[in-house]
Amino acid sequence: MAKEVGKDFPILSRKVHGKRLVYLDSAATSQKPESVLDAERAYYETMNANVHRGVHTLSAEATEAYENARKKVAAFINSSPEEIIFTRNATEGINLVSKTFGMANLKRGDLIVLTVMEHHSNIVPWQQLANERGALLAFVDIDGRGVLDQQQYLSFLKKKPKIVVFTQISNVLGTLNPVKEMTRRAHDAGAVVLVDACQSVSHTAIDVKDIGCDFLVFSGHKMLGPTGIGALYGRKELLEHMPPFLVGGDMIREVTLSKSTWNDVPHKFEAGTPNVAGAIGLAAAVDYLQTYGMDKVAGHVRTLTDYALRQLKKVPGISILGSDDRIGLVSFVMEGIPPHDVASILDDHGVAVRSGHHCAMPLHARLGLESSVRASFQIYNTKEDIDVLVDALLHCRKVFGL
Amino acid sequence: MNNKTFPNEQMYQEIILDHFRNPKNSGVVKNANGHAHDVNTACGDEVGITLLVKKDIIKDVKFDGKGCAISIAATSMLTENIIGNKVADVIAMDKQEVLDLLGVPISGMRLKCALLGFKVLKMAIVEYEGKK
Repeated sequence: MAKEVGKDFPILSRKVHGKRLVYLDSAATSQKPESVLDAERAYYETMNANVHRGVHTLSAEATEAYENARKKVAAFINSSPEEIIFTRNATEGINLVSKTFGMANLKRGDLIVLTVMEHHSNIVPWQQLANERGALLAFVDIDGRGVLDQQQYLSFLKKKPKIVVFTQISNVLGTLNPVKEMTRRAHDAGAVVLVDACQSVSHTAIDVKDIGCDFLVFSGHKMLGPTGIGALYGRKELLEHMPPFLVGGDMIREVTLSKSTWNDVPHKFEAGTPNVAGAIGLAAAVDYLQTYGMDKVAGHVRTLTDYALRQLKKVPGISILGSDDRIGLVSFVMEGIPPHDVASILDDHGVAVRSGHHCAMPLHARLGLESSVRASFQIYNTKEDIDVLVDALLHCRKVFGL
Repeated sequence: MNNKTFPNEQMYQEIILDHFRNPKNSGVVKNANGHAHDVNTACGDEVGITLLVKKDIIKDVKFDGKGCAISIAATSMLTENIIGNKVADVIAMDKQEVLDLLGVPISGMRLKCALLGFKVLKMAIVEYEGKK
């Protein structure tokens, strides 16, 4: 599968230090297929105009393309268009919820439940909300295998939290959390649930109705789409009762000098001229993934992940973070070689990996580490990519005289 | 090894690896009169520096923290170089002099690693000067 797929991604034909680019940093941002680049370019070349404003042909076409993109993204996660808010990225989506729903509904002493495996983007907005509202935070811990402690989760739910947030796939451990079951339990306890789908949206089929969550966020750029566009799914009844986020143009119904009234959802949450080209590019990314089908994409990524685990375990001195049951990525540390130095030496071989804390400092602290190396996989990666990674890791040991 | 095709590997010469594995001046100066600590936000590397100045001479300096081989080796070599120097001379050092101490080419993305210790050293001197 991946060999033919790779041809669709122009960047994969470039060289790094004279070697073939082996891009294993898709969990940070994925590469983009030609069809996504073409879609953005075609928008600017043929119909660029502001949306929801003009009566001229270009404005009508741009508006239709933008709203069709919303329909496509909505269908991709089995929601409806009025429940999809275009954002810059997942971080903005989470901030939107914390600053509107959170500020309107949380009181002093209320509890927010999170997990220790969250990305900073799903921790910091809730810390801020807790500070501003005098609310409390409780973090579900992981066990020795990097799996969430469900017993502790249930004990936190007994305290009747107002908001529960968790990631579907850890961006460090690759753990796939039981989001449907966790959502059901949180609802039983009366909480509103937000799911971070950044790592899962291009590795699993997502059905928000099946998961049952109230909010779900993802970024376009991790799922083959452009940067600067993401989506927030929110249940319509909740969105309608939430105050606006940013205010200004397009999100209003009527403005007088003394007051304003708000547009219908989802437009109430999209102030100012949106990223029209980005939304169209994101829709093209959805189309691209759907030409293969999410089951096939997930199968390929899972096969690669399993292969990477098997091969990496053969590297002397390697310690892999988390359990074998994972999808999409493998984080690890090498005895005697700090992660940054591993990544620098791999770069010599054309291999792009992430080193550092991957925006998950609390999880690294929990694991007793400052940083790790992360190799992450996408639809365009191959077993050969992993072989190059493993050979380059063996070379790192030589450079360090190990 | 060719410089152009393996540019990063050039950083890991024996002298760098020696300083990384057995850093000089590791620890804390007990009766220090200059202290500072900083983190490289890009990677989480951190360095703390304590120094003892007497009559405007750096009598002792030690560092602790966690980081990559480049940041630890660079800080080790820097501290080794400045003991016995005048404070004014250390303040006058520029980045290139610190990089020259390493004697290996530091690639662009790793300059922050190589200069983190130098930045914290200057902060420690500023703290010392502020107390004078």
